[in-house]
Amino acid sequence: MREITYRQALNEALAEEIARDPNVFLMGEEVAEYNGAYKVSQGLLDRFGPTRIIDTPISENGFAGLGIGAAMVGLRPIVEFMTFSFSLVAFDQIVNNAPNMLTMSGGQFNVPITFRGPNGPAHQLGATHSHATECLYANVPGLKICTPATPRDAKGLLKAAVRDNNPVLVLECELFYSHKGMVEDEDVDLLIPLGEAELKQEGSDVTIICYAQTVPIALAAAENLAKENINAEVIDLRSIKPLDWPAVFKSVAKTHRVVIAEQDRPWCGIGSEIAYRIQQEIFDELDAPIQRVSQEDVPMPYNEALEQAVLPSAAKIVAAVKKIC
Amino acid sequence: MSQPEQRDEVEMLATMLLIRRFEERASQQYQAQKIGGFCHLYIGQEAVVTGAVAATRPDDYLITAYRDHAHALARGTSADACMAELFGKATGCSKGLGGSMHYFDKEHHMYGGHAIVGAHVPLATGMAFAAKYRKEDRVTLCFFGDGAINQGGFHEALNLAGLFKLPVIFICENNFFAMGTSVKRSTSLEQIVDRARGYDMPSGIIDGMSFRDVRDGLSHLIASIRKEPHPAFVEMRTYRYRGHSMSDPASYRTKEELEKFRLEDPITRLRAQLTREGKLTNEQFDKMDKKAKDAAMSSVKFAEKSPEPPLDELYGYTYAPNGEESPAAGTRATKPSEKGRGSSTREKKRTGANISPNGKQA
Repeated sequence: MREITYRQALNEALAEEIARDPNVFLMGEEVAEYNGAYKVSQGLLDRFGPTRIIDTPISENGFAGLGIGAAMVGLRPIVEFMTFSFSLVAFDQIVNNAPNMLTMSGGQFNVPITFRGPNGPAHQLGATHSHATECLYANVPGLKICTPATPRDAKGLLKAAVRDNNPVLVLECELFYSHKGMVEDEDVDLLIPLGEAELKQEGSDVTIICYAQTVPIALAAAENLAKENINAEVIDLRSIKPLDWPAVFKSVAKTHRVVIAEQDRPWCGIGSEIAYRIQQEIFDELDAPIQRVSQEDVPMPYNEALEQAVLPSAAKIVAAVKKIC
Repeated sequence: MSQPEQRDEVEMLATMLLIRRFEERASQQYQAQKIGGFCHLYIGQEAVVTGAVAATRPDDYLITAYRDHAHALARGTSADACMAELFGKATGCSKGLGGSMHYFDKEHHMYGGHAIVGAHVPLATGMAFAAKYRKEDRVTLCFFGDGAINQGGFHEALNLAGLFKLPVIFICENNFFAMGTSVKRSTSLEQIVDRARGYDMPSGIIDGMSFRDVRDGLSHLIASIRKEPHPAFVEMRTYRYRGHSMSDPASYRTKEELEKFRLEDPITRLRAQLTREGKLTNEQFDKMDKKAKDAAMSSVKFAEKSPEPPLDELYGYTYAPNGEESPAAGTRATKPSEKGRGSSTREKKRTGANISPNGKQA
């Protein structure tokens, strides 16, 4: 194990998969000569050349569709969106073409493509550049969605996504690119299966379910709660679709209280689905109403204080826990 | 003209007849309510896809929009599989899961059947990209209607194809109407072909009612593309005799206009050419036409007696299998059959009861 950044972990995953499989290539805005808008693809053009690392014009609909067409005939494209806020320009390709093809063709054409890039609010980018898109895409059958929150998960999930035979969205955390964490040495072929949650911290009093940008704030909240003698169990979902229901149910059956911390907006949100499934499947295990901490249901304001008011935080999670503990 | 090409022309005339008789039969079955959803007929436009197929190799990629029955039939998909698809049967070319607008046939390199106008044009650039990436000399034929040329995806795809010099021919089947809106009312240009000028690719107009013009025009382009990959754009001037879909009486155009194009009928034209040149007798033609009618009729019988797709396959195509997983592996987690119930050994009690301030059980 060694300590590397989230950015470096993604870079290694890209390099390893492109080196391993000649059908894998990286395409997107500024991925080649500029070395990536967030430097995730640093050095890849020099190493693999312009046939594998491909700059595109600003045409998300066009190059997302190009990737899907290439995947239909056997390539395994990695398409980078500079941010998933821009993936909305390619919404039709991601929602209508990639995940429908296998069913529409009666099983003849699968689409092994990875869409990746930063997702979720960053810092004062305003309403158009701050979208967390997991809710939108989780509604679509045929897509898989993962949300790595650590360098290790970033590397292992991205590599698994590239090898998956389906369209997978790797929703990275824009604010985490410089975060450091322990990751297996480079000679280890690190694969983290899609659909496996991780128990970040054991506890007995309440389960905090989190993912992506809410993972560090959930852990901070748990630390604060411990000082008040409330032992929180923290589960990082890591994948939104498929979602690790057994891990969720097991923890709730142990703690009987649930707070869901989500980085997206509340309406028809990830937390709505999780809360529904818990009460549907293990209603008897609940000792209190399920609490949710999410964004406020407003377009993201630019002003820093207002932005903070919209976002989930450790303090909001602590407050939600205290309502039921 | 050499012997093999002569034979091909008669064969392609037979294909045109099969397309027409198949669609006439489909129209009848639609009216009899045996076919669901939308149904868009190609009748009148047969020379475009048959001419194109005559100019290509079987392993060249072909992709089209929702008016797609003819493209599958021309490529070699059986009338049985095509009709069964309209009936939603398991024996259909998309196993009854695609329908009229979503025909697919991997074996015959027919990549759909795409029903969002213009959205498949980027897919075609991707297929052409893959061919160039793998250094293959395959050409991608991308068909679309005149309604697609004002969609953003169309323009993005043409720019990418021009920029990357991809081996793709964009074939606009200009039948002069995007549903009920004429080209004059939808497009800023006098001539659709001028759209291609912005994207640095050779382009031209071909008489889409003439099999030979289509075949020869495309053959010329394909030879050039195989030598050195590049995109091209062709406007095929053609005409659909029927409405946009089965529910459209086409009252936005005149009888006179339709009659004018009927005089140009692609089947009548090729038949006349071959007859004049002594390559086809009336008896041969009648025989071919009867064969086409019989194939269309028997495809209806095949579709009627084919089984429905099994209900237990409902989740079977949402996700492709990975490695040793079953086809439905990816959906398993969201299927209602997976219950958390059973892990609970607690006694039933009222929600919210027994809550102590620190969350401990009272």
